[in-house]
Amino acid sequence: MYVAAKGGEKAIRNAHALLAKRRRGNTNLPSITLDQIAQQLTLAVDRVMAEGSLYDVELAALAVKQARGDLIEAIFLIRAFRTTLPRFGYARALDTARMLVRRRVSATYKDLPGGQLLGPTFDYTHRLLDTSLGVADEAEGVADQTDQAGEAEAPVAMPRVTDLLGQEGLIEGAPADDGSEPFDITRAPVSFPVDRSTRLQTLARGDEGYLLALGYSTQRGYGRSHPFVGEIRFGDVEVMFEAPELGFEVSLGTVQVTECQSVNQFKGSATTPPQFTRGYGLVFGQCERKAMSMALVERALRWEELGEEPGAPAQDEEFVLSHSDNVQATGFVEHLKLPHYVDFQAELDLVRRMRAEQAAEMKEAAE
Amino acid sequence: MNAQAAGGMPEITYNFAYLDEQTKRMIRRAILKAIAVPGYQVPFAAREMPMPYGWGTGGVQVTAAVLGPDDVLKVIDQGADDTTNAVAIRGFFEKTARVATTTSTQAATLIQTRHRVPETPLRENQILVYQVPIPEPLRFLEPRETETRQLHALAEYGLMHVKLYEDIARHGHIATTYAYPVEVAGRYVMDPSPIPKFDNPKLDDCPALQLFGAGREKRIYAIPPHTRVRSLDFEDHPFRVQRFAQSCALCAASGVYLDEVILDDKGGRMFVCSDTDYCNGRQEAGHRGEMAGEGA
Repeated sequence: MYVAAKGGEKAIRNAHALLAKRRRGNTNLPSITLDQIAQQLTLAVDRVMAEGSLYDVELAALAVKQARGDLIEAIFLIRAFRTTLPRFGYARALDTARMLVRRRVSATYKDLPGGQLLGPTFDYTHRLLDTSLGVADEAEGVADQTDQAGEAEAPVAMPRVTDLLGQEGLIEGAPADDGSEPFDITRAPVSFPVDRSTRLQTLARGDEGYLLALGYSTQRGYGRSHPFVGEIRFGDVEVMFEAPELGFEVSLGTVQVTECQSVNQFKGSATTPPQFTRGYGLVFGQCERKAMSMALVERALRWEELGEEPGAPAQDEEFVLSHSDNVQATGFVEHLKLPHYVDFQAELDLVRRMRAEQAAEMKEAAE
Repeated sequence: MNAQAAGGMPEITYNFAYLDEQTKRMIRRAILKAIAVPGYQVPFAAREMPMPYGWGTGGVQVTAAVLGPDDVLKVIDQGADDTTNAVAIRGFFEKTARVATTTSTQAATLIQTRHRVPETPLRENQILVYQVPIPEPLRFLEPRETETRQLHALAEYGLMHVKLYEDIARHGHIATTYAYPVEVAGRYVMDPSPIPKFDNPKLDDCPALQLFGAGREKRIYAIPPHTRVRSLDFEDHPFRVQRFAQSCALCAASGVYLDEVILDDKGGRMFVCSDTDYCNGRQEAGHRGEMAGEGA
């Protein structure tokens, strides 16, 4: 007698129990703490906060731990939590000129007001495996030195490179804040073409690898936009919020962000003299690769308003923005492992029928 | 639903059926609009859900928005109540809404489904919620949403007819076997979700309310009760459903959709009802297929 496969419920329970066990690993080793993740896997936590669109170091660390280090899974956990949070309102636009800068480099000027500040960066390291990190407690005392070298100083206003260029009118003006509410892609369905706030929000939570590849493609001739990195800065900025019942601004605390402003060529048009244009990237945490990629892609997507030739993948707004979300992408790609046997049965039937018809025709032709 | 309180972290609590009331209200508005314009894809601000996109987040949001404490919920995937994803979604609502669940099509007031319409005819006061991966019937003919929305607005469905015609020219018949496009209430062409075209006739004049939710694509559409739903076809090539030469090996049902089960590596196979509730009901009523044991 045949009994159809049953027991999905039990199988799921067992799989989850096994997952919990695998996540914990060898119980002779101490369980990794959230503080350890937040302190020592900072960039993983930053990426989870950035693409999870939620600034909460502790929850992001928890998500990394729960997801066994699978960052897209961790981002997914954060998103599913974030979506349940109420909205109190929109913060004032961040003033990144008043950032407590921990790192700031410009590729367009050798020196500039505020100076170049390397900060904590992998740049210029030799990528040689450091076996001294393999032992439990590695050397200490380095952190203090960096603090003295610039971290944790009082915030001083550090003008942005684009502002300096703007004084001469060499670069297009920064889009003015008209005080209107931004479009919120988590609260309203997006329709194309999109406005700037929608574009930037979508890119800000977009997958790092995806934006990296698209940004890279613009450098290789697919929608070339001749970029210079005007400036990258990373540090702490204060989040200001004006509660309607208070009538004045209050500080909600600080968040760490990476901002990248690219400076791109623009030949000018009939009505506009030649000037540089901007690409903008802003990401939670220290996510430099993502911020730069975002700036490249953001600029590429602006081809129409700047009267450029379309045609490259990175310029295709609907394509770029519709496929940038890794939580959506991973869900839909991985749903292919769900059962599809009803539809497959329908296809089986069709293929068999078509093969039978073809065989009959060939037989007829042969006779 | 309470998250595990870890290391002194604050406990996390969720609303009835997970979604907050404002979100539910937004979804209900979209549903009402969808019912008012049958077959039209209403954009809605789909939320992230705690299950992956493409695994039923649209259906789950629609269900969460219309589910009440007195509802009796049934969840099926591929026609079966015990497929893993159906189990997971049913478990989700048991946990977050504490509603009664059932496997019986008759007893359910709300049925969420993936890829099938139950064999037992639906009745009034039931809601069938479909999980939809790609809501746009024209998507594989025209990838751009900006274009397809215009085509719908103009009721310009020539592309689809050309596609079906090309199938006939090439294969002698229409080669779409599931997600077979339908025209709803004489106006919008609609994707019935990837149900086999075998199920398409059940959509027509159905007494139950049919709701379709696509989470990743952020669309909701609906077929109100007793609405005309016509599968696209041509006069000389009328729409036809699949027919199985066999009957169910367990309950001997014919005229139902069957799953093919491979029994061994020597070509042995059997056909059983895809709808497990229907099959069980028939077996309980004494129907016996050729491979059913005695008094199972």
